[in-house]
Amino acid sequence: MPEQLLFAMEVTLNGLMAGVLYALVALGFVLIFKASGIFNYAQGVMALFAALTLVGIMEGQIPFAHIINAIFGTELHHFGWHVPALLAIILTAGVMVLFAWLVQRYIFQHLVNQEPIILFMATIGLAYFLEGVGDLMWGSDIKKLDVGLPQGINDWIDVTTLEALGYGFFIDNLDISATVVAVFLVAALIIFSQYTKQGRALRAVADDHQAALSVGISLNFIWVLVWSIAGFVALVAGIMWGAKSGVQFSLSLIALKALPVLMLGGFTSIPGAIVGGLIIGVGEKLFEFAIGPLVGGATENWFAYVLALLFLVFRPQGLFGEKIIERV
Amino acid sequence: MLDGSKTETLLEVNNIEVIYNHVILVLKGVSLKVSKGGITALLGGNGAGKSTTLKAVSNLLHSERGEVTKGSIVYRNKSIAGLDPADMVKQGVIQVMEGRHCFEHLTVEENLMTGAYTRSDGRGAVSADLEKVYAYFPRLKERRTSQAGYTSGGEQQMVAIGRAMMAKPETILLDEPSMGLAPQLVEEIFGIVKELNEQEGVSFLLAEQNTNVALRFAHYGYILESGRVVMDGPAAELRENPDVKEFYLGMSDDGRKSFRDVRSYRRRKRWLS
Repeated sequence: MPEQLLFAMEVTLNGLMAGVLYALVALGFVLIFKASGIFNYAQGVMALFAALTLVGIMEGQIPFAHIINAIFGTELHHFGWHVPALLAIILTAGVMVLFAWLVQRYIFQHLVNQEPIILFMATIGLAYFLEGVGDLMWGSDIKKLDVGLPQGINDWIDVTTLEALGYGFFIDNLDISATVVAVFLVAALIIFSQYTKQGRALRAVADDHQAALSVGISLNFIWVLVWSIAGFVALVAGIMWGAKSGVQFSLSLIALKALPVLMLGGFTSIPGAIVGGLIIGVGEKLFEFAIGPLVGGATENWFAYVLALLFLVFRPQGLFGEKIIERV
Repeated sequence: MLDGSKTETLLEVNNIEVIYNHVILVLKGVSLKVSKGGITALLGGNGAGKSTTLKAVSNLLHSERGEVTKGSIVYRNKSIAGLDPADMVKQGVIQVMEGRHCFEHLTVEENLMTGAYTRSDGRGAVSADLEKVYAYFPRLKERRTSQAGYTSGGEQQMVAIGRAMMAKPETILLDEPSMGLAPQLVEEIFGIVKELNEQEGVSFLLAEQNTNVALRFAHYGYILESGRVVMDGPAAELRENPDVKEFYLGMSDDGRKSFRDVRSYRRRKRWLS
């Protein structure tokens, strides 16, 4: 096989794996938007906050150390212990559930029946607030996140493809684990929403708030539930991105990368978020590979947005956007 | 079958006033009673306050920025103030909303199952009740795997009533079941309501514009006008009342006539609450 074609295949594979990460972020958006009609601008910051909390717990950092030190004149920074990764992940998930409850109790419970734009503004406020809180709690320096996922190039794939095709594929181990985790996460989410009582209630709420209330489904509970799930998805996304490029404040900007994914896949579709993520991931890598050299590179920065614009013009509901059922 | 003095009163609404958005006064003192095992009809035209009364009872009012500002609602001798809709469902009061409100993207069967959300008496009991609902609505069994949004209006009304039955209710607040349905379907739906009432012992509080049908199936009726009860009585008596005949059934001593000709409406009205 010609070298060029093999290289394109490798680029595609890498694009697929980058797409999985985009999809993870987009998934959090879809969950909340579907169930409550809130476009959660804070999803990216939630990923950042979850990653910061995870690192903080693992390294035994004292939360709000700066404030405590400033008030009491102490020099505290660490508890002096290290928490194993798995336990830290569980604790962080607990923190995200608590966060979900606080958001519902103190923000959105007071905004029931408000215009979507007001809810959106509230999430913008929430995003900046949460960013500030993350900074205060855990400090603003760039942190390394290592939960024990394998890193670096996968030798086995490299060697096998080299022997079979005469060309070694460079695939990052981290990308492979991200893919596996994402597949499990999505499968779990689909099973939950299709086959459990709470999942059914969640879809019912997404369809018709009033009717859901009338059969005795508590909207508050369902919304805390979705925000918790979105928080957990944010945690997973935060772990993957954090392990890849360090936990820093630019992590919250991955939310912007999720926007074109949503426009492609549709705001209300879980499979849409996945497929949209993959298309964007592969699309931008291949585009860069094929067209990039002709236009001087850096196409990855804008390719996704142009694609999203095209979709907005020709298929505004996205690939998998919910069909609006209308009977006449 | 029903005699107000002998049967137990389930629900008592005492002189309630309802205000939407802090300014719009919708109910101006409505009182009514629903007795156990009966079908009580709440009649009146558009904007009379029928739906609002039902929502005040089911406590769905809060989610529409409405508020009961005066009076009290008592179910089984306990005030329902401060309960949320889920509590009401657990107590056995469930509302079937106007316009059916099915979950469009859920299948018919999933819709029915959401009705059992608050129940905790086990899967066996729930699936037995699902079969029972299918027995009352055989058409729903045929369409159990279709998305509810793609079923017909009559089927959607059946889904909505069946969904409420899945909560094992004692009282169903049924809002405008005839809306947008062909006369034959209206008869069918009311027939099933009557069966549910007689065979399952479910009490109904029924808001309906179609006075004719409602008074044929109900035991007792209240007539609402601009947020007030203007008349009440056993359904059979209301049917014979000359004013009801003229204003709500379009009949008078000289036979059927058009509502356009009822010029003396305001002048002749002398009902007061």
